[in-house]
Parts: sequence; structure tokens; C-alpha cells
Amino acid sequence: MSKEPIIRLEHVTKKFGTVTAVNDVSFETRRGELFALLGPNGAGKSTTIKMLTTLVKPTSGTLTLAGHNVTKAQDKARKSFGIVFQDPSVDGELTAYENMELHAVLYSLSRKTARPRIEALLRLVELWNRRDTPVKNFSGGMKRRLEIARGLLHHPHVLFLDEPTLGLDTQTRNLLWDYVQKMRREENMTVFFTTHYLEEAEANADRIGIIDHGELIALGSTKELTKQTKTTNLEQAYLALTGKTVRDEEVGPHEAWRARQRARTMR
Amino acid sequence: MNVIYILWLRQVKRFFRAKSRIVGAVGQPLLFLLALGYGLGAVYQRAGQGNYLEFLVPGIMAQTVLFSAMFYGAMIMFDKQFGFLKETLVAPVSRLRIMLGGALGGATTAVIQGMLVFFISLVIGFRPQNWLAVLTTLVILSLLAISIACFSSGIGSFVEDMQGFQAINQFLVFPLYFLSGALYPLDHVPAWLRIVAEFNPMSYAVDAMRDTLIGQTHFGLAKDFIVLLVTTIVLMGFGAYRFRHIEA
Ligand SMILES: Nc1ncnc2c1ncn2[C@@H]1O[C@H](COP(=O)(O)OP(=O)(O)OP(=O)(O)O)[C@@H](O)[C@H]1O
Ligand SMILES: [Mg+2]
Repeated sequence: MSKEPIIRLEHVTKKFGTVTAVNDVSFETRRGELFALLGPNGAGKSTTIKMLTTLVKPTSGTLTLAGHNVTKAQDKARKSFGIVFQDPSVDGELTAYENMELHAVLYSLSRKTARPRIEALLRLVELWNRRDTPVKNFSGGMKRRLEIARGLLHHPHVLFLDEPTLGLDTQTRNLLWDYVQKMRREENMTVFFTTHYLEEAEANADRIGIIDHGELIALGSTKELTKQTKTTNLEQAYLALTGKTVRDEEVGPHEAWRARQRARTMR
Repeated sequence: MNVIYILWLRQVKRFFRAKSRIVGAVGQPLLFLLALGYGLGAVYQRAGQGNYLEFLVPGIMAQTVLFSAMFYGAMIMFDKQFGFLKETLVAPVSRLRIMLGGALGGATTAVIQGMLVFFISLVIGFRPQNWLAVLTTLVILSLLAISIACFSSGIGSFVEDMQGFQAINQFLVFPLYFLSGALYPLDHVPAWLRIVAEFNPMSYAVDAMRDTLIGQTHFGLAKDFIVLLVTTIVLMGFGAYRFRHIEA
């Protein structure tokens, strides 16, 4: 693992109207590192990922990804990462293979290079036999596996995973981490993820950042965080840092709206 | 393979996989055609205007294309809600190509539906003045479809829900259709209506179709084409501009 930073945030702030989702956050992620961003609901994790992945522009501050300024060199930054969003983003009407193929074209992979790569990845996530099934017939876990395979398709330098294991059973969660670890070793990829399962972060992450109310309040390995808080595991350290009060579990107005829409369309 | 092509292909595939959509899309125009064509046919003939069904077919084809191309904007909203839009927005491709690929796909499926209505009219006895007219008709329908699909891309980029979309349909698209001469000749209407129709691009699409298919025109084919082309360019610009500001 080299010490060269691949993700860098410098005094990054994001405001949505009067809500400050991310407040003057600065940190770096090293190349090849598995980095976890933890924090209570509404802390600003997804917003941080959205800024790093060009979906949302920061109000102020600078974000750098694989050497590219995310706001100024958008397309170069976009080529360098793969992402699995918190909400599904596959096309249910298309088959698993077609979703992969579409992704390959978006990232201008030639058909010749894409084909074997698609096959290898679909085999890795154990969906090769289901490649011609429309994705709407997939279970939640299968969709997630497909999204991970898709995120890896164009050999990204950085893979962003926003709560990749949310709502999945233990078996699938373990499998997912196996795939991610395998690809990370093989392709020297950096993985940046968020999760509410602290044992997952403890087991997989090299370093952990903790964000609360939009501010980065701690950064370090599990060992460093437990030492700092005089606790014995990550969960205790996390609670010591963020307090035990429950956050108003208010989802962003945008997310809430989308959930409502989805419920309405499904009816 | 090209980005525009694959996004076009996605729309076409989705269309052919949703059988109910095809039936629904053709069902409504067919109802118009049969109810109005046979319902008003006798009155129209008695008024000395000739065959109403024949007059109506080009209008209903244009109607089909107008409403199906407009529906494409709703597809963009669904892509927002179901998350697929984010997949395209984080990819290293320009917003313009994403917008064009989808809109061309939406336009293609709209033209297919318009032509389905044409074939159904052949079955109930409609005959174009010559068969070459079918090709010209395809060009006109494509222009109409592309301009409306680009327009609805722009609308779908900022309208937040189905109700908002319905409102646009109610207050914009329905008037465009009913005040276009699709259902009645513009030669004998009151002055106010004629003026409204003259400012309505849809009138020119309908008129161009009617001229090619049955040789009846109000504005003349050259003027029709110029208006259609200008409309297409303007609406493409509108769609591209709005889509640049889309947020997933
Ligand atoms: N598009 C938006 N418009 C307005 N406010 C937003 C928007 N997106 C996020 N927010 C607000 O920003 C804050 C941070 O939200 P964010 O989604 O980043 O939290 P999170 O840490 O990912 O939470 P969770 O664990 O629930 O996913 C919240 O207060 C949310 O309401
Ligand atoms: Mg989140």
C-alpha cells in the first residue's frame, strides 16, 4: 500500500438551502486502502460520496480523485471510479448482461475487451447463469451483486460503496466482502464505503472516518480509535464519539420524496 | 459501440418488452379514429367536405406520435425514481449524448406507434394518394417525434412527479392537439381559432401529413417543413439545456 493519496478533500462544505450536510471536511485516502466513512443517519456520508462522484457540486472546498479535480476535470474523474449507490440503479427491464453491456459502452470499452470481463465478473458474483434474466426478477441481494460487478467493469481506481450490504442476509454480506477484497487485491483498487454495520467496518476497513452533523470528528484505524476513546471495540468507540442519542431519522427531503414516488409507482 | 446508439437501443428494447404499452398506445388513437371517423363521417360528407375518415387518418397518426413522444418525458422521471439515471450521470459521457440517445429512442418508438395506426387505417379502408407518400410521411413523423421527445426530455428533467407531468399534458399538450387542425379543416374556422392554429407547430405537422397522404393542404408543404425544422431545432436546444441541469 503506497502512501500517495488517491482521494483528497480540502475544506469541503455542502449546503442544501439552510441545511449544512457537510461542514468543512478535510481528509485523505491512500491508494489501495479500504476506507470506511461511518456516521449516524443524515450525517453527510451519501452527500460526501455524491460530491466525490460528480453528482453534487460542493458549495466550497476542493475534492481530488486520482489526481483529478472533481469539479474541474469531471470526465477524467468519472473514468477513475466505480460506484454502488445507496439506492438501486440498475434497469429492471434489461437483463443482467444488457445492464453490463450498457455500462461497458458508457465507459467506452470495446466489445472485445468487454465480453470476457463481463463474463468473469458475472461469474465472480455468481450471476453468470442468470445473465439473461430481466433484473426486475432479481432479489435484492442479486441486484446488489450485479451492481458491484458493474461498478468493477471498467477497472476503476476507486470503488465507492454506499451502504452496499443494507438489507442483505449474512451469507450475502460475507460473499460481497469476499468479492470486493478479491478485486481490490487483484487490481490494487481503493475502496471507499459507508455502512451502519460496525462489525463490517471493523473487519474490513484499514482506516475509518467518523462523521457527525456534517463534521469529521475522528479518523484512524480501529486500533487508534479504540485507544483514543479507551474502549475495546469499534462499536464502543463509535458510540463514545457520536453519543448515544438517537438522531431524528429524518431522511433528506429528496430521498423521502423518491421513496414515496417509488411506492406510488409500484402500486 | 456508441453511447447514443446503446441508449437508443435501451428505449427500443424496453418498448418491445412492454406489450401492454404497445396495446395501450395504439388503443386510444384507434378509438378516436373509429368513433370520430364513423360518428362524424356522415355529417362531414353532407357538408360537402368529402370523406372524413380519410381526412382524419393523418391527424390521428400525428396525435399518436405527439402523445407517445410526450410520454418519453415520463420515462425520464421513472429513471430518476428507479435510480438508473444516476448510472448515466456519473459516466464519462456528455449530458447532450445521454439526452439525445434516450430522446431518439423515445422518438423511434413513437414513430413505430404512429405507423401502427397507419397500418390499421389501411385495414379499415384508408389509401394514401400514392405509396411514395409513406416515405415522406415517415420523415414528417420522425421530425415531429424527435422535436417532441426532446421537449419532453426537458420537461422530465425538472418535473418532479406524475401529477406535474399530467398538468403539462392537460394545459399544454392537449391544447396543442385540439387546436391544430388534426380533427377539423382550418379553412372555415373562426378567425381566433385560425390564428391560434397558425402559431401552433402541431398544425404544420398535421398539414404536412395530410398533404403527402391525401393531397389536402392549408399552409403548403414547403412552409410546413420549414416550421417543423425550426421547431425541432428549438426544442432540441430546450431539451439539451434543461437536461444539463438535471439532478439524480
Ligand atoms: N438533495 C437534498 N436536498 C436537501 N437536503 C439534502 C439533500 N440530500 C441530502 N440532504 C440533507 O443532507 C443531510 C445529509 O444527508 P446524507 O444523505 O448525506 O446523510 P447520510 O449520512 O448518507 O445518512 P444515511 O445514513 O441515512 O444514508 C441530511 O440532513 C439530508 O436531509
Ligand atoms: Mg446515505
